[in-house]
Amino acid sequence: MDLNLTAEELAFRDELRAWLVSNVPKDRSEWREKPIEESFPYLRDWQRKLHEGRWAAVSWPKEYGGRSATLMQQTLFWEEMARVEAPPMANSLGLGLIGPTIIAYGTEEQKKRYIPKILSAEEIWCQGFSEPNAGSDLAGLQTEARLDGDHYIVNGQKVWTSYGWVGDWCELVVRTDPGAAKHKGLSVVLVDMKSPGVEVRPLRQMTGESEFNELFFRDVRVPIENILGKVNDGWNVAMSTLMYERGSYGARLHLIFKRYITRLIELARNIQRNGRPAAEDPLIRQKLAQCSAEIEIMRFNQMRAFSRITATGVPGPEGSIQKIFWSELNQRLQQIAQELLGSHGQLLGGDPRAIDNGIWSYAYLRARGNTIEAGTSEVQRNIIGHFVLGLPRSY
Amino acid sequence: MQFGLSESQEFLKNSAREFFEGECPGAEMRRLMETDNAYDEALWSKLTDQGYTGIIFPEAYGGVGLGKVELMLLMEEAGRALLPGPLFSTVVLAGSVLEAVATPANKKKYLAPICSGEARATVAVLEAGASWNQRDVRLSATNGKLSGEKLFVTDAAVADFILVVAHNGVFVVDGKAHGLKISPMSAMDLTRKIYVVEFSNTPAEEIGATTDLPRAFDIATAALAAEIVGGMQRTLEITVEYAKTRKQFGKPIGMFQAIQHQCADMYLETESARSAVYYAGWALEENSPDASTAVSIAKMYASDAGRTVGNRGIQIHGGMGFTWENDLHLYYRRAKASETAFGDATFHRERIAATVIDSGSVSAKSA
Repeated sequence: MDLNLTAEELAFRDELRAWLVSNVPKDRSEWREKPIEESFPYLRDWQRKLHEGRWAAVSWPKEYGGRSATLMQQTLFWEEMARVEAPPMANSLGLGLIGPTIIAYGTEEQKKRYIPKILSAEEIWCQGFSEPNAGSDLAGLQTEARLDGDHYIVNGQKVWTSYGWVGDWCELVVRTDPGAAKHKGLSVVLVDMKSPGVEVRPLRQMTGESEFNELFFRDVRVPIENILGKVNDGWNVAMSTLMYERGSYGARLHLIFKRYITRLIELARNIQRNGRPAAEDPLIRQKLAQCSAEIEIMRFNQMRAFSRITATGVPGPEGSIQKIFWSELNQRLQQIAQELLGSHGQLLGGDPRAIDNGIWSYAYLRARGNTIEAGTSEVQRNIIGHFVLGLPRSY
Repeated sequence: MQFGLSESQEFLKNSAREFFEGECPGAEMRRLMETDNAYDEALWSKLTDQGYTGIIFPEAYGGVGLGKVELMLLMEEAGRALLPGPLFSTVVLAGSVLEAVATPANKKKYLAPICSGEARATVAVLEAGASWNQRDVRLSATNGKLSGEKLFVTDAAVADFILVVAHNGVFVVDGKAHGLKISPMSAMDLTRKIYVVEFSNTPAEEIGATTDLPRAFDIATAALAAEIVGGMQRTLEITVEYAKTRKQFGKPIGMFQAIQHQCADMYLETESARSAVYYAGWALEENSPDASTAVSIAKMYASDAGRTVGNRGIQIHGGMGFTWENDLHLYYRRAKASETAFGDATFHRERIAATVIDSGSVSAKSA
């Protein structure tokens, strides 16, 4: 056990720091203040710049434009990005989830065709997994792909698709064998979102925004060479994508949460409660301290998990601990913010009396989705129960 | 950066687990718990042979010279076995206090016999106010004599000497000293005995200043948190095993999500406490500036999670969990005693608050 950075890790971090100093956009808060539709070209430019510096996909193998970064280096990457408050990259699903899946399962032609444009943000990717009747029970999905000569004919509906409105391509999970057991009859196809019969509708969520879309497929023709991996092996391909989803998220969150708690502590010094600053109120102190501690524990868990994955070579179901931990922690954190801000906590961005331009009311509502997205807490607990503790399957 | 155990750390942990399973299995633990002082000389000499009594102390005093992470691993396994006897009191507590405050001559005199297994010892801290805040200590030595009482002193009856935290210094009192009276307190944890220690004009030799105590108490606090983690681990193992075998409605109860999700939470809480404890051990070993905060994070989390895991484990066992014959209540009792010892979660949250709110420093080392 040695938590000091190795020489390679330090070199990696320093190279990135130096690069960021001269390349991170000066006006980097701008993207936050505009709707994503307006700031999207800006996010594309930022990703292009990162790609030119070979920083867009550090986890990817060198031969595909990455740096073959270790998990610790990936953590350092996200920490540095958060430290300078760098904007997100436009093609975050392509880089984080779909690219790695194509590298793992794709043919040489597919890798040549898709990978470079994922890196350069020329083609934005989205993910068609969940359906109205297949959420936690993803394998029950009904979108079908029927073989017709050298094409599949796709019909069905997907929900909760991030970046659907701007997506050029979609990693779509479809049923190719309706007669097989539900996990066995699925395949993953790569669908050109400009194909006739694809319709994208915004899905308005409880925060009032539309981060996600609904996708409708009506007799959409997809060439058979667009199958990713083997026909009817789509469950494994899709699971590999989800594993990346659970693994990579935590590193980014530590500094984001830390920024929240630091700001709350600052506010607590200025908010009066019972005739003295809230920062002197024993109950508020207890809650802020609990939260600060849990933010650190989240990071310790993450580092331990990464060390274990590095030693064993496989990301395991431990990712589920992280998912439960960060999502529930953020909900507690936002509740503390609300308690601290009192009546001001409810004010939305744009109200002249809103504190920090309403980020706290937004963050409170947005955090409500955290224990649902990317696998509900209930599904994560099933995974731990069955795959980690060896309890019999409950479903 | 590597937050996994090294090969030698892994080896130490596994051999400690085997040792405790072999030398102090459940039946032996229960036998010792029924005795007056939960001490067994033969077991102590085996602990000594393993090098456990000198684990973190310098070789110059007969110690093994291992680090604080290794200490966490040993105490985790001791906690998993619910080890009775004065390992914590003697080695972790008295040993760390001596190392922090004593002169080299006094280390030769007191720490060396701890390392060699010849001496048992403990530290007397609390008084009637039961405050873990050092500034609340009232007992004072006058002309080399102590008069007054200390409470909740662990393993005092088997101590060859007692280190006494007084207002004006740290003093050593011989276990057979004139005017020393030791009487048991009847308490929840049956595997670690506590005592009232009364002094009346009892000779006491000053061995150091109280200003050096916080470091020793940090080590003891982290080690106690490690013990709690071991207890959580065992509670989880017993409970998962039970959930796989106990059948109701024709199937193992572990198939029901109401049970499975509680087991998942027990796992999450155990692993999170373990991460915090290992980090605290590392921070102490490295003398990292955030070491004290890291200790508080670990003790805070483990104090609450230890109790919660015990609650879940007993609940999942149903009526069986409420019986005397089931071991879970023994872990539950220890968890409660350890939760309070060296400050409960509320105490440590305030310590964390003093760092992150009042001095505005970052709470843990960031890479």
